[in-house]
Amino acid sequence: MKSLVRILAVTQKEFLQLSRDRISFGMVVMIPLVQLLLFGYAINTEVRHVPIGIVDLSNSAAARVITEQVRVTQVVDIIDHYDTPQEAEQAVIAGAVRAVLLFPRDLPRRIASGDTVGQWLVDGSDTTISQALLSLRSMPLQLSAGAPAGAYQRGNPSFEVSLFFNPERRSAVNIVPGLTAIVLTMTMILFTALALVRERELGNMELLITTPIHPLELMVGKLVPYILVGLVQVAIILGLGHVIFRVPFAGGLAALAVSTLAFIAASLTLGLIISTVARSQLQAMQLTIFILLPSILLSGFMFPYEAMPLAAQWIAEAFPATHYIRLVRAVVLRGAETHLLGGELLWLGGFTVLGLGLATARFRKTLD
Amino acid sequence: MTELAIKAQGLTRLFGDLTAVDAIDLQIERGRIFGFLGPNGSGKTTAIRMLCGLLTPSAGEVTVLGHPIPRQAELLRREIGYMTQKFSLFTDLSTLENLRFMASIYGLPRSRRKGRIEAVLAQFSLQELRDRRLDAMSGGQRQRVALAVATLHEPTLLFLDEPTSAVDPENRRDFWEKLFDLSAAGTTILVSTHYMDEAERCHQLAILERGRIRRDDTPQALMSALEGRVVEVSGESLRPLREILVTQPEIISAAQQGNRLRVLMTPEVEDPLQCLDRLAGPGRALERTLARPNLEDVFMAATAKGGPA
Ligand SMILES: Nc1ncnc2c1ncn2[C@@H]1O[C@H](COP(=O)(O)OP(=O)(O)OP(=O)(O)O)[C@@H](O)[C@H]1O
Ligand SMILES: [Mg+2]
Repeated sequence: MKSLVRILAVTQKEFLQLSRDRISFGMVVMIPLVQLLLFGYAINTEVRHVPIGIVDLSNSAAARVITEQVRVTQVVDIIDHYDTPQEAEQAVIAGAVRAVLLFPRDLPRRIASGDTVGQWLVDGSDTTISQALLSLRSMPLQLSAGAPAGAYQRGNPSFEVSLFFNPERRSAVNIVPGLTAIVLTMTMILFTALALVRERELGNMELLITTPIHPLELMVGKLVPYILVGLVQVAIILGLGHVIFRVPFAGGLAALAVSTLAFIAASLTLGLIISTVARSQLQAMQLTIFILLPSILLSGFMFPYEAMPLAAQWIAEAFPATHYIRLVRAVVLRGAETHLLGGELLWLGGFTVLGLGLATARFRKTLD
Repeated sequence: MTELAIKAQGLTRLFGDLTAVDAIDLQIERGRIFGFLGPNGSGKTTAIRMLCGLLTPSAGEVTVLGHPIPRQAELLRREIGYMTQKFSLFTDLSTLENLRFMASIYGLPRSRRKGRIEAVLAQFSLQELRDRRLDAMSGGQRQRVALAVATLHEPTLLFLDEPTSAVDPENRRDFWEKLFDLSAAGTTILVSTHYMDEAERCHQLAILERGRIRRDDTPQALMSALEGRVVEVSGESLRPLREILVTQPEIISAAQQGNRLRVLMTPEVEDPLQCLDRLAGPGRALERTLARPNLEDVFMAATAKGGPA
């Protein structure tokens, strides 16, 4: 009972202090917002003038009409024509063009039966560019003669697409859910680490440790406000991501909330551990960056986890962000429900419990 | 009741090879105001921290309010109040918010919380400052809030580490009136200071220097021990006279105060006036009288020229 009173007292005090610290308070909103817009627009910039080549085996008027319609989308620049598919493929491998549009010999027959009219051979190594070319796959075509009604209209594929080098095409919408993991890692760890270290630097800690408060009460009380902060940030990123960048939201809110809470708890715990190690706010900052960088680079946020060397995969497993990125992508993009996420949730929960224990054990109510 | 609030024996604290507190013995009776008087770095804060259980002693036995420290430090925490030397309340919160927070932390029952907060607000004249944030207060106002917080849970023992360092003499006097009120109500107070006027108000005083207790007695006893050793000299060219005197082995200190020189002699000197004449040499028209020793003399005698004299 007294414990609860103390935890609430600490929580209330943190809230008051946070609400009076204009800059920190602003950061709660600004960090997710700025990151979302930066990353969101960086990946969402419309790609234009991608250099491509044409291989026309049909030598037909229809091919020329279609080529013209592709050209006016401005997504591509037609910079070359090739005689054989082999020649074109070499050009792609050499990097002379990013893609080749191939019209087969039987183009008129295909148009008559409403079949796909051509094939894109796309360099998939740059996902942003391949993404742009993929958008041409089902572009509507206007073909005057012989096509069945409804063919080549929006929704039906006009072309076939072969992605080279990157058959598992990563969608740009991967970025936004992943961003929640990065922003939470950054703010959660930093806020908690600083909150405790600052009190030590300002001398508040000397007062607090002369009171009957238990370290666990102090820590839990401090974490609660930041749990809310974290939820607000996730809401900002996913909400605006949905509105601005049309990131789909396939999963249930409950699954998202459970995953996010587990990750927030794990990150806050990490912040607490840092606060028991760092002697100054600067050190706390440095340690946070030390955690943040691998979280960005190894968690699967930037590079696909599967593409990393085995050693890097092992290291990645140690960071809560790796587990949360799997969770949030599974929930948001693939609509996974909570029961499918047991393993990752268990990992985050275990991390939190162990971390809280470690931080409490390391926290000394003395100045030695 | 002469039960001891604090009993320490051979209390020592090392920081690396620096001995911050060097085998001090303390016996502080309940209900007393006990002072630590000492220059910067003499170990006042370190000693207080050990007595609160915040620092582990390197050696020595400590019992505070019947609890062996640091073993039972956690039990002690409910019974003590501690005003740190460095201001340690939350400056971005108001008086009331700080008080409410600490009341909950100390586990005051809900029924008593409001009453106690109102009581200390009244006791330390803080009503007008109740909603003011601490970072918008003067040093003296903050000290009052700090004392209010330290006494909120009605501790039987108060540690005050240089509580009036930012306070003018008048407010200092008011502050001490509050301390005497608390003392009269039975609270034991251990206060550190480097102000003489403050030290003189204590019931008992320990003079610390370089981690050691050089003197430990009532201020009156400490002062009367120096009876007959302080000479006040007035006359011409006091500066050159002082230059001569301070080099002499018989002289502990010679300090100018206005147009007089206050000279403190070692206990070995039998007749101070005569000795002064001899040291000053012939041909000086000096008026010299024996003066009543004050605490500053005690402090000089205790700390100057290589320690105990
Ligand atoms: N944490 C520490 N680590 C190392 N040395 C310390 C530490 N704390 C204090 N000291 C040293 O111990 C000695 C006593 O310090 P202390 O703070 O107890 O002095 P003080 O009497 O309170 O001085 P002041 O009047 O300046 O507050 C000083 O020499 C100080 O440098
Ligand atoms: Mg001190």
